[in-house]
Amino acid sequence: MTKPVKSPGSEPTADSAAAPGQGETLLKVSGLKKHFPIHKGLFKRQVGAVQAVDGIDFEVRAGETLGVVGESGCGKSTMGRLITRLLEPTAGSIEFEGRDITHLGVSGMRPLRRDVQMIFQDPYSSLNPRHTVGAIVSAPFKLQGVQPEGGVKKEVQRLLGVVGLSPEHYNRYPHEFSGGQRQRIGIARALALSPKLVVADEPVSALDVSIQAQVVNLLDDLQEELGLTYVIIAHDLSVIRHVSDRIAVMYLGKIVELTDRQSLYNTPMHPYTKALMSAVPVPDPRRKAADSRERILLQGDVPSPMNPPSGCRFHTRCWKATEVCKTKEPPLIPLATGHNVACHHPENAPDQEPGDTELLSEAATAKR
Amino acid sequence: MTDHEHKSHKDTEPGTDATRVDAPQAAATGAAGAAIPEQGTAPDLTGSGTAPGEPELDQRPPSSFLEVRDLRVHFPTQDGLVKSVDGLTFSLEKGKTLGIVGESGSGKSVTSLGIMGLHTVGQYGRQRPQLSGEIWLDGQELLSADAETVRKLRGREISMIFQDPLSALHPFFTVGHQIVEAYRVHHDVDKKTARRRAIELLDRVGIPEPGKRVDSYPHEFSGGMRQRAMIAMSLVNNPELLIADEPTTALDVTVQAQILDLIRDLQQEFGSAVIIITHDLGVVAELSDDILVMYGGRCVEYGTAEQVFYEPQHPYTWGLLGSMPRIDRDRADRLIPVKGSPPSLINVPSGCAFNPRCPYADVPGDDVTRTVRPELREVKDGHLAACHMAQEDRERIWNEEIAPKL
Repeated sequence: MTKPVKSPGSEPTADSAAAPGQGETLLKVSGLKKHFPIHKGLFKRQVGAVQAVDGIDFEVRAGETLGVVGESGCGKSTMGRLITRLLEPTAGSIEFEGRDITHLGVSGMRPLRRDVQMIFQDPYSSLNPRHTVGAIVSAPFKLQGVQPEGGVKKEVQRLLGVVGLSPEHYNRYPHEFSGGQRQRIGIARALALSPKLVVADEPVSALDVSIQAQVVNLLDDLQEELGLTYVIIAHDLSVIRHVSDRIAVMYLGKIVELTDRQSLYNTPMHPYTKALMSAVPVPDPRRKAADSRERILLQGDVPSPMNPPSGCRFHTRCWKATEVCKTKEPPLIPLATGHNVACHHPENAPDQEPGDTELLSEAATAKR
Repeated sequence: MTDHEHKSHKDTEPGTDATRVDAPQAAATGAAGAAIPEQGTAPDLTGSGTAPGEPELDQRPPSSFLEVRDLRVHFPTQDGLVKSVDGLTFSLEKGKTLGIVGESGSGKSVTSLGIMGLHTVGQYGRQRPQLSGEIWLDGQELLSADAETVRKLRGREISMIFQDPLSALHPFFTVGHQIVEAYRVHHDVDKKTARRRAIELLDRVGIPEPGKRVDSYPHEFSGGMRQRAMIAMSLVNNPELLIADEPTTALDVTVQAQILDLIRDLQQEFGSAVIIITHDLGVVAELSDDILVMYGGRCVEYGTAEQVFYEPQHPYTWGLLGSMPRIDRDRADRLIPVKGSPPSLINVPSGCAFNPRCPYADVPGDDVTRTVRPELREVKDGHLAACHMAQEDRERIWNEEIAPKL
């Protein structure tokens, strides 16, 4: 229904000649860390750090959608802000199209901002209430000094059409729009310079179900039409499954599982992924009775990232945890083709530490 | 089990309606003057929602535990009258769970606050919402009862779990203090006993080391723990009716599963009636016996969970089901969203409120969807829907066009 109409001949302005081909690595992240220091006392001595992102490696291929999923506080939003370089990484490297952008300054990043754009979660706070829609969507052109063919206004109106708004909305203010429409304005702004990579941080979680579907379909159509690459961050596993090609599951600043959609949902290997998936309420009353028995109920909350558990970070809530999980951190390794898991005792795969079978006392009680 | 006897209700008399509506305020202010503006709006109320043939309201107390009859909550604003809830009727038995689903602005929360009697508290003058209809709880009518009676019931018989525990809990007092206060308002016990009761409940809702955590402040709790503390607070008086307004929306899936489990367990233990309000069909399917789908301040479909999920009758319900990506089915290529956005409640579309967004608005012909408001009619036993389409048309569209795509 929200199929964007693009007038023929109005190609995106920025040239996409140098773009890497379909499937090639667009963004490569290795050993990325972000620690937020905690200061205390009179002299603001550093007493610790929130290890929001603590060493993650992944790559994003051109034309695909990478979904990032995890509970709140697992560092997924921080990760999004790091790869768009809205935050300065503590360690590690970020390569975009083969170029190291880890520590580029503001002016160094400026030309790259054309290629990397962000869609924010909250369409209420991410739009300036004192700017008209026209001013908001044309801001990227102004900042980048781009003069689109036919003038900025015409281009902005075309963009509004692309995201399913009407060109007459040009002179209106954000408060005149509903949540879904505002999110469309945010999307139009992100698409203005025809970026290569769009990072969307919870793009639909603030929206109603019916509107959510409109925006998901819109993102889908735009990807097909403009050849975009998405990194979509969300906490909703059903939405992530719908939009992503590959999915990274994060827990306490680490990626615990990284694989394509099919194998993640059919054969989840990390116990955390399994628990996460069994917790999703299924809109089917007939499955209610049978389902509650299969459900894995995790105890308690995510531990504090200020002081993460030793070894495997999930061992405090895991029902398969053994002594080795407490002491040795499992590496993220491929246990099947293209299926990376960081676990000593994965599901649906051979045990990595077969010698260690005695469950921790907490684990024994956690099992239901 | 639920008797939706729309047919047996008799027409609202404007005069009696207004006086009944105003009873709490009249008692509070001691002036009949407050009734006058109500008189003026009363014809508007009757003219606005109910169809001409709508029967008169029954004055007899109902047999079911909670019965809401023709509830209307209208807010006068500078832009016009916001008809948040416009003629809602439902009933609920003890031990049963009713799920109310709808988009934001469909009147779900306003309904729950109306049952709690929170619309009339502390609001005076022009901005005061206009309420009409009847809310029967255990043989007692709440809208006409005086404020003091309702206050005694609130928290004891009816209690509520709010969406955002951080703003619903007072940041200045410890969690224990707030639970003790809720208990002592309704029970004449000393502080020690009340504190013991608070600890017992914190333990029951699964807070580790309740003896210690009872003296913590809300900010020291995580989101899930806060929600548990709030559930403990709402259960401290063993309420007969528990209203949970988006109890898990602010929580992560793993915590959500814990909380839903908790609510289910507690309901079995205490046998109370539960109303769960949410926009997440998954949550509703998990908990509810009956489901009420709201749109534009009115009920568009009502039935058992089974009926609503497997034989939905209203195009809006189809839209909701199609909008959701589902984890339990094969991945669909595209979602089927409902086009457009929810209606303004000041200017509800004439005829069927859903007609501008309904893909089947022209099926009944004669423009009837745009001119005549559809009544809630019984489709099958206990299954009600408000749609102009003929039963055969609906069944055909659902079976041939919608169901295969879900």
